[in-house]
Amino acid sequence: MPSQTILDVRNLSIRYRGTHRPAVRNVSFTLGRERLGIVGESGSGKSTVGRAILRLLPTAEIKADRLRFEDIDLIDASERQMLKLRGNRMSMILQDPKFSLNPVRTCGRQVAEAYLTHASGSRAEARAKAIEMLEAVQIRDAARVYDLYPHEVSGGMGQRIMIAMMLLTDPDLVIADEPTSALDVTVRLQVLRILDGLVRDKGIGLITISHDLNLVRNFCDRVLIMYAGQIVESCAASELDQAQHPYTRGLIAAQPRIGGNRTPLPVLDRQPDWLNDGAAVL
Amino acid sequence: MKAVEVRNLYMKFGELVVLPDVSFSVTPGECFGLVGESGSGKSTVLRCMSLLQKGWDGTVTIDGESVQYMPEAERCRSLQMVFQDPYGSLHPRHSIRTTLSEPLVINGLTDRQARMERALADVGLPAEFLDRYPHQLSGGQRQRVAIARALILEPAVLLLDEPTSALDVSVQAEILNLLVRLKDEKGLTFLMVSHDLAVVDHMCDRFAVMQQGNIVEILDRAAIAGNAATQPYARELIAASLEYEHAL
Repeated sequence: MPSQTILDVRNLSIRYRGTHRPAVRNVSFTLGRERLGIVGESGSGKSTVGRAILRLLPTAEIKADRLRFEDIDLIDASERQMLKLRGNRMSMILQDPKFSLNPVRTCGRQVAEAYLTHASGSRAEARAKAIEMLEAVQIRDAARVYDLYPHEVSGGMGQRIMIAMMLLTDPDLVIADEPTSALDVTVRLQVLRILDGLVRDKGIGLITISHDLNLVRNFCDRVLIMYAGQIVESCAASELDQAQHPYTRGLIAAQPRIGGNRTPLPVLDRQPDWLNDGAAVL
Repeated sequence: MKAVEVRNLYMKFGELVVLPDVSFSVTPGECFGLVGESGSGKSTVLRCMSLLQKGWDGTVTIDGESVQYMPEAERCRSLQMVFQDPYGSLHPRHSIRTTLSEPLVINGLTDRQARMERALADVGLPAEFLDRYPHQLSGGQRQRVAIARALILEPAVLLLDEPTSALDVSVQAEILNLLVRLKDEKGLTFLMVSHDLAVVDHMCDRFAVMQQGNIVEILDRAAIAGNAATQPYARELIAASLEYEHAL
């Protein structure tokens, strides 16, 4: 169990402006220095939870009994406080480096910016720090890559640059939103291993948001399964195959497997009562 | 059921040769996969075959008939394509009826209402959907409409460009089951691009591994589970997929 709680979320509900139904309902979990996975289909609210924690939803109505990040109450924190937190003590790795890196600035300057914004150091220090971090994500010839633009690097390298940028400030919490969905399978594992190694070495609390059951099974300690805005089940990643909720079991069964028997794949039979409040199997 | 033959397919974009020399053949009623990393030319092969991409050299034949020299209408009745993203491949301002009737009008086919209803029934959608618009459908339903559109001219060959990679696993299962059923019922020949070897293993009989526009190896479906590939890149790709699937 977590020795030290980084994030404590109690009954979080999020409603987007102009909608009646909340996108996220009564989500509760705590995060220590561990790797937590949030899985679910598109539209289940998993990314919304991640964005709410970083307070990146300015127009949405966020309600919670508790939303605490270490010593800070994220519900009441001012935007000024959030600016100090984001990219410094908590950060987010986005899905596709093609869209999340600034196309008109060199990769290295974008990494160094994290240092310049949050630490008081000279440009030379920032550059040295950025190059050191690029090396930590196993980019060979980091000094050369520093001066490349995002379109000059491959997807896998782009995502490693993103990871370098997000881990440079030694955050306590990293939220990775589909960190490898845009990558080829051959580089996906490599990127995940690098992220995993750094997160473990530095003792960072990691939330991985993904639709990929294999990813959370292999790279998380604990998994939350979301359906229609609620957590329907929570289990240890190693016990995902023994999941109880029919939704989780349906998701696992629907996945084609290498060496499978090629019979028609079991199709998810959605039950209306999964939408009820408290539909979780806990 | 019809066979597909691709011989010495050559394509360049400007100065960049993207397909130096691609050859493979697909037997009648087979599901043939094309796998490889992004940028390896898998989709370009399909786009060339369907003549969405022009200006290539080589020959592509369906049962011995060259697609290049077929009249356009006949080509469209011989082969059709299903695209990756059902959110992008259906016209947002066209009702399903308009989308499905267009190929019938172009080909001068009569009995349109019945054909459209049959096409929708084939993909498991009710006839009422004819008067809906794409934004009123879920991702899985949209992909069903895209498949219905491809099948309405009763082609023998279907080119599938990552037909499920924009969909959730639960929806992917429905679409894959649908494709398998339609293939058996209608005796279709499939050419399927995918980056997911589990999907390839589930669907395909054989598959080609592509790298930088070249086919490095053509393998049997059975080669995946035990990684029986002999070429280094094909081995690496299969090993990565196996590792990803079977935990650490």
